[in-house]
Amino acid sequence: MRLRLEARPAPSRAMLWLSPLLAALLAAVGGGVVFALLGHDPLVALGTLFLAPLSTLDGLTELGLKATPLLLCAIGIAVGVRANVWNIGAEGQLTMGAIAGGGIALAFGGEGRWWVLPLMLLAGAAGGAAWAAMPALLKTRFNAHEILTTLMLSYVAIQLLGWLVHGPWIDPEGFNFPQTRMFDDDALLPVLVEGSRLNAGFLLALLAVPLAWLLLSRTVTGFRLRTVGQAPEAARYAGFSATGAVWFSLVLSGALAGLAGVLEAAGPVGQLQPVMSPGYGFAAIIVAFMGRLHPFGILGASFLMALLYLGGEQLQVSLQLPIAVIGTIQGMLLFFLLGADVFIDQRLVVVRDARHA
Amino acid sequence: MPGMPDAFALVALLVATLRAATPLLLAGFGELVAERAGVLNLGVEGMMLVGAAAGFIATASTGNPLLGLAVAALAGALMALLFGVLTLTLRANQVACGLALTIFGVGLSALIGLPWQGTPITGLATVIWPNLDAAGPLAQQFMLLDPVVWLALATPALVGAFLYRTRRGLVVRAVGESHDVAHALGYSVLRVRYAAVVFGGAMAGLAGAYLSLVYTPMWTENMVAGRGWIALALVVFSAWKPAWLALGAVLFGLVTIAQFHAGAFGLDVSPHLLSMLPYLATVVVLVLISRDATRLKLNAPAALGKPFGAAG
Repeated sequence: MRLRLEARPAPSRAMLWLSPLLAALLAAVGGGVVFALLGHDPLVALGTLFLAPLSTLDGLTELGLKATPLLLCAIGIAVGVRANVWNIGAEGQLTMGAIAGGGIALAFGGEGRWWVLPLMLLAGAAGGAAWAAMPALLKTRFNAHEILTTLMLSYVAIQLLGWLVHGPWIDPEGFNFPQTRMFDDDALLPVLVEGSRLNAGFLLALLAVPLAWLLLSRTVTGFRLRTVGQAPEAARYAGFSATGAVWFSLVLSGALAGLAGVLEAAGPVGQLQPVMSPGYGFAAIIVAFMGRLHPFGILGASFLMALLYLGGEQLQVSLQLPIAVIGTIQGMLLFFLLGADVFIDQRLVVVRDARHA
Repeated sequence: MPGMPDAFALVALLVATLRAATPLLLAGFGELVAERAGVLNLGVEGMMLVGAAAGFIATASTGNPLLGLAVAALAGALMALLFGVLTLTLRANQVACGLALTIFGVGLSALIGLPWQGTPITGLATVIWPNLDAAGPLAQQFMLLDPVVWLALATPALVGAFLYRTRRGLVVRAVGESHDVAHALGYSVLRVRYAAVVFGGAMAGLAGAYLSLVYTPMWTENMVAGRGWIALALVVFSAWKPAWLALGAVLFGLVTIAQFHAGAFGLDVSPHLLSMLPYLATVVVLVLISRDATRLKLNAPAALGKPFGAAG
């Protein structure tokens, strides 16, 4: 008698949505093991990680703040994966968005002009879109794979930001710290909850959820994207352009990641620093898969991932645990998810070994 | 002797190039074997990082860099085994699992390496040559290279001979071209692929340990800095051919050290801009090699990335 994987007659819808929950549970168990190995009471550490941030208004607003860039980047990544376009360079597009928006803030901020902030947001989205347009061009014109080009350009973007804040854009009164001057009030996002850091950017990210859902499920463009991704032959037969799908999904996801970047610069950070994101662009890949590539699923998953970041900070403060624990749990989360996803299309069956006659 | 300093500088440049090319050669040839068996493992960066951290910890705690290298290879192999269970036994998506392996490796290496940041180690000793003093200054530079560089330089020939001159190599290639045919011929596709993937992981672990034990003998978070991805790009560049992979790795070694030597050529460019060079060069190389879609398709292992489901 042994166990064997067998194809299900039809994919299991229950398993499709149970899988992320199962993965989160297993990752929590895995996290508990890591905490125990580091010499901490796993239950205390898990409580600090997952429950403590939710018990205060301050924690809840910080949760929304951290979910914002994750949500924006993950929606873009999901639209791409639906069309079988793998943009894993959201981190770089986010950085370019921060650079483009930050440039506007440094150039035009401080005079109380009403258009500075909207222009920053536009520039941020355009910066991210332009950075993602390069892999689109290289893919459609030269057949270069977007996984490698988007990632390589991320490293380039991060170096570009490093050059700007160490060189031309450095704060002249900043004691030579590698950062720009703080943005003026007219270049900062309005705060939503008095005394917190949660700002209007959160509303923009929330708005992106129904819009992305409409795009994917209720428009011809969305249908074309999904067809190109799932059934390229059928898409070709129907005359749906694969080139168009690459351009559309990369530029859209770049714009969303760029917007996330300028929201960080004009929100919690308030200036440009050498590092604008603690890996939101990469974590967003996990968020997209956890959310089943579905905008509403991604909304939930982005809050879970934000909780992981926030709880990680709490662990650092109250238990002196390194923030690197979070990266390990993130990795486990994605592994468990991909492992559990196997059982959407397949099931385990018990096979009795046939006796040879 | 006029001209002597120039020759000396040229040899120094060559030696530095070979050292920079070493991690790319090791990781690249590991991935080449995995891909020739039909498995696309995008987790090279993560396996290199875990290898770098594990190798460093083992070296720092025992004082034995050779043991460190062995531990690194083992750590890389274990990471690859994890990838194998997911993609080969459970038939999960190889692209997604490779990304997961990298994300996991980034986190895990940062976590285990944290207490060891700033710890000094004695790196790997160079090979002891009996007549080092008798050799000229040019030859001495080569003789002072460490054993891992020599191993990396031998790798192209070894892997090439294995793939094209042995029966087992033929089986690996057959499995990568058509797993159904290989299965029908009675070969265990999964066993071959597991072996290839684990070999790739061990080589990536070794490549990572070269960085943390020899190249910059210290541990810092994310110190592999994209070299795993560059190695992946080089495999595409090589069109899955050992000779071209070796050439590509050495070329990239040259690009990598060019940034450190720019000052010597009288160039006053920000180190941040120079650091972009290897990444931009990777993009350029990918574009040059990929534009001929037919050629790429003809050379790529036909079953690359496709799960094998004979049992299902």
